[in-house]
Amino acid sequence: MVTLFGVFLLTLLVITAFGIVRAQHLFVAVMLSGIFSLQMAAIFFILDAADVALTEAAVGAGVATVLMLGALALTDDRERGPKRHRWAPIVVVSLTTLMVIYATFDKPRLGDPEAPVHQHVAPWYLEETPRLIDIPNVVTAILASFRGYDTLGELFVIFTAGIGVLFLLANPSKRGALSLLPSAEAEGLRHHLVPRVVGRLLVPFIVLFGLYVQFHGEYGPGGGFQAGALISAGFILYALIEGEGAALRAMSFRLLRGMIAGGALLYVGVGLAGMLLGGNFLDYSVLADNPIAGQHLGIMLVEAGVGLTVTGTLLTVFHAFAAREQRR
Amino acid sequence: MEFLGLYNYWVFAILLMTGLYAVISRANLIKKLLGMTMFQAAVFLLYISMDKVDGGTAPIIQVGAVDQLYSNPLPQVLILTAIVVGIATLSLGLAIVVRISETYGTIEEGEIREIDEE
Amino acid sequence: MEYAIDIASWLLLIAGGVFVFIGGVGALRMPDFYTRMHAASLTDTLGTILILLGIILQAGLSLAAIKLAAITVFLLLTCPTAAYALANAARLSGLTPERRVSDAEET
Repeated sequence: MVTLFGVFLLTLLVITAFGIVRAQHLFVAVMLSGIFSLQMAAIFFILDAADVALTEAAVGAGVATVLMLGALALTDDRERGPKRHRWAPIVVVSLTTLMVIYATFDKPRLGDPEAPVHQHVAPWYLEETPRLIDIPNVVTAILASFRGYDTLGELFVIFTAGIGVLFLLANPSKRGALSLLPSAEAEGLRHHLVPRVVGRLLVPFIVLFGLYVQFHGEYGPGGGFQAGALISAGFILYALIEGEGAALRAMSFRLLRGMIAGGALLYVGVGLAGMLLGGNFLDYSVLADNPIAGQHLGIMLVEAGVGLTVTGTLLTVFHAFAAREQRR
Repeated sequence: MEFLGLYNYWVFAILLMTGLYAVISRANLIKKLLGMTMFQAAVFLLYISMDKVDGGTAPIIQVGAVDQLYSNPLPQVLILTAIVVGIATLSLGLAIVVRISETYGTIEEGEIREIDEE
Repeated sequence: MEYAIDIASWLLLIAGGVFVFIGGVGALRMPDFYTRMHAASLTDTLGTILILLGIILQAGLSLAAIKLAAITVFLLLTCPTAAYALANAARLSGLTPERRVSDAEET
């Protein structure tokens, strides 16, 4: 039964993808891509990837749609069609599709327990996590401890993206100005009671849920990335309802920049502390009395660092797009 | 049964090529970025399809359950990283598109090239 | 006793599915934006309550049931607000509802 539902969702996904490519009005394409991300999240959940489903829903369907709408507000709304119809892309794409489908015939079928991908490292992780790290969520254990170095690299990728957007879109003279968005929608929303009341009611709960996901990342699906996306979504909602100025008063640019840098510093600091206390870089076992407590402490600090940087970066990018409006 | 077992991978192939088609054949820059996100999403689908085990459940070890099959946690870790890197790339790409639009006045590739060649 | 709960939850789930289906058909077949919003908001409220109630009955008395009840409350708050915001935005950008003058009024 679940297989049938999965097949249905996958078919819907393909139809949505075709819709995105064919939509001339870019607003429609962005909305369809939000729906696309939501369907991907549902498919990930059916395939037993709970963490990934949470991340895709929060990041893909939430924050990415807002960022794309922000960019659309600053550029054109419509796509002008190609001047002449070209056959080469369709031919190339069709041939490559057939080649890839031919290649998939060699793959083991979905869910096969004898597939090579389940044989080597994965059983080791599933057995050793209760013994070495003792937290229930194996994905967080691998992400934060066993493969912590990769997560450090990823954190710096997010950091670099935040800095890059600041380089491209910052208004040095108007940074921190308390003037509000001049567009009609922002004022309209502020004067209408229903979204304002409900939004104000919901923002604390969204941030609370984000904090819950952050600290429960070891016991259930969750962790730094999802928490960062959720908390920044809460603040983006606040900014949309109350206006840009109020949101900047709540979380100023200096605080956001401190969060971006502070999260990365925290992560590297934990790694260096491991070295100073006698172990290797990012070795958490030496951080406390016994190795398992050290691992718990290390994972908690590291996930907090990730959550800080992700929140800071997503909010900075949103404010950069929103503040650009004032220049026009 | 063979059909249902491989359906995920065929959908992956179609999504991959749809995303690539949007990148190479549409002149609008934002449409190209949307195609790139679709391409990345197709790759995520491929990896997560590989991690499912028949009769398994999400890899969160439940206390006291013996003989419980868990799905493979490793592709999920890789894709978690990839999703966040994808949105970082998307935000940088959108910032560049905004700057291009302000400088050239348009975001269609053909018109940008014409303005450059003047 | 379990049979009664099972049958009740099945009935609730089927009823919820029927209302979601009606909402979907209405969103496609209605002539105007505002009437389509009206049809789609059916899915938000009635469909949501019935389906989630059906699942709560299946979950029994456990932490999952409390979480599902919290989700129901959250959805009941946000979905009508979103529908209101959408209709409001349409009204603000100038979209007016279609008016059909009937023959009785003309004469």
